Amino acid sequence: MTYAARASDFDRDHLQHVAEEGLTLHNVSRRFDTAVALEDVSVHLPAGKFSVLLGPSGCGKSTLLRLIAGLDTPSSGAIRHAAREITRLPPAERDLSMVFQSYALFPHLNVAENILFGLSVRRVRKDEQKQRLERVARMMGLWELLDRKPGQLSGGQQQRVALARAVISERPVCLMDEPLSNLDAKLRAEMRVEIRALQKRLGLTMVYVTHDQVEAMTMADHIVVLDQGRVQQVATPRTLYAEPANTFCARFIGTPPMNLVPAHALAGHIDLPEGSLLGIRPEDISLTGAGAGVPVRLAGIEYLGADQLAAFEIGPESDPVRLLARLPAREALGDTGLQLCWPRDGEHLFAADGRRITSKAD
Amino acid sequence: MRREWIHAGLLLAPALILLFAFTHLPAIQTVIDSFFSTARGRRPAAFVGLANYERLIGDAIFIRAMVNNAIYAAITIPVSIALALAMALFVHRHIAGRAFLRMAYFTPTVLPLIAVANIWLFFFLPGFGLFEQLRGLIGLSPRNWVGSRDTALYAVMVVTIWNQAGFFMIFYLAALQTIPDTLREAAAIEGTPRWVFFRRVVWPLLMPTTLFLSVNATINAFRMIDHVFVMTQGGPNNASMLLLYYIYEQGFRFWDSAYAATLTVVMVVILAIVGIGQFFLMDRRVHYK
Repeated sequence: MTYAARASDFDRDHLQHVAEEGLTLHNVSRRFDTAVALEDVSVHLPAGKFSVLLGPSGCGKSTLLRLIAGLDTPSSGAIRHAAREITRLPPAERDLSMVFQSYALFPHLNVAENILFGLSVRRVRKDEQKQRLERVARMMGLWELLDRKPGQLSGGQQQRVALARAVISERPVCLMDEPLSNLDAKLRAEMRVEIRALQKRLGLTMVYVTHDQVEAMTMADHIVVLDQGRVQQVATPRTLYAEPANTFCARFIGTPPMNLVPAHALAGHIDLPEGSLLGIRPEDISLTGAGAGVPVRLAGIEYLGADQLAAFEIGPESDPVRLLARLPAREALGDTGLQLCWPRDGEHLFAADGRRITSKAD
Repeated sequence: MRREWIHAGLLLAPALILLFAFTHLPAIQTVIDSFFSTARGRRPAAFVGLANYERLIGDAIFIRAMVNNAIYAAITIPVSIALALAMALFVHRHIAGRAFLRMAYFTPTVLPLIAVANIWLFFFLPGFGLFEQLRGLIGLSPRNWVGSRDTALYAVMVVTIWNQAGFFMIFYLAALQTIPDTLREAAAIEGTPRWVFFRRVVWPLLMPTTLFLSVNATINAFRMIDHVFVMTQGGPNNASMLLLYYIYEQGFRFWDSAYAATLTVVMVVILAIVGIGQFFLMDRRVHYK
């Protein structure tokens, strides 16, 4: 089920509202009494694009979203929407809608009243309210549920109501704070597709917070990776995967995470700068390939059906380094004489401080 | 199987016996007594049918007590609930000295009503009570608040409200804390003014608490008379006579237990009607999660 089939007149109306440019954050910091949530964040979130704020819990991504929403104020720095400075504007004047992790539906109001809450507060004419409600409710598949209370809906339906409430406002920017985290895996996969389709059809400037890299990779036009209150990388999903800017991004994206092998463990096989780290994705490793392989010892196998995850040890036996490889399940692994190969363009080199080294020749 | 039934009966027995002996039997006995005359000296109680109830209708003091109690309930219930809500909303926000304020609001409830009445008796004291001094400052003539027919009932009401509003506040405070903050944030994104948010979201979500409190306040309006003892004894000239105080007078000062039983039946019927009525009337407008 996608939104593509429904509501085409809706899109045209909506697109007219879309701003020319997107959101820009300049040197935004947010300090609390005991901790720093965000440190000097500068990032541009383009209009009409799907931006994902990705990071582990406590990285500051939700704080960043709340700053954009106006539910919190930065300690320093500025936030702009198109040409307008919105840093200290109240939330209602920022021309955006928001979907909360808990959905924040009003439990005593039925679905229709929940969706129309914002319009009625803003005293939109009754007949216009009715039109917009019908359009949005039909598009979201909520038409039959309008009289229900949130307590009588399933998690997925509640999620749709929350989404409908954001859509009916017809505001160009939509913020989402981990909207899928309360759904089961199957529903989450469906909603990913639906939300992405919705964003594209309506041309929304989406800012989507998640800690789930699958959501980020599948939905985003570009991803802002955050850790410890700082932006680690801003890139398209492909670039983020192919060229992680530092070891944090390298380990955070990809399942299982990228192997990081210290230079000394590879001494004698590959020449690397002193103290550097070599990153190799488990799926780039094979047992046979061009060039001389690196000798390893087998430490364990996890069978996954199509694949198997093999753990190897590399380097001296007194101080071994673990290395994971995703290999075809039919490949038999002997106990001795194993050598691992990987293509040259599968190598990621990082300096001792964790930053990516672009050219290995230096 | 039978053993289990015996065990079950034995386990229930203490509670059942206590409940019947001290709650149900006296209640039934009261209803029966109301159809008999009061036993005096050598003359035993005799069945008099509805005579006691007929006497009620012609009893000016009973009518006075009923009217007084109606005024008393009509004012103390909404005022203490409104005050409780206002205080709860005030101390629910993040303000300096919040814990102290909450405690200060709750303190009147912790004090025994007798002690509270004594404090207020001093406030109301003619000549040099607190209110008199304040009135004196702006040059108003002295008044005897408790001793005057026009003001005695209201003086008693002030004490009731002062005493129970803090208690009700705790319930509102607890209910406010169950309303998730994200609702307020979602409303803020839509540009909802604070008053509209209160009227359309907070107040409906507080409805169960309001219902609970209004039932409690109603019961209190008929049940709490400790301060009447201390402050007015129902006077002057029955100006502050409440139904329960009248029952006490009839039963324990004039020893007319049959008439006291009749009055008690009337009061229980009133309470039952009010309580049930409130539940049915408000149930339609109450949202339960």
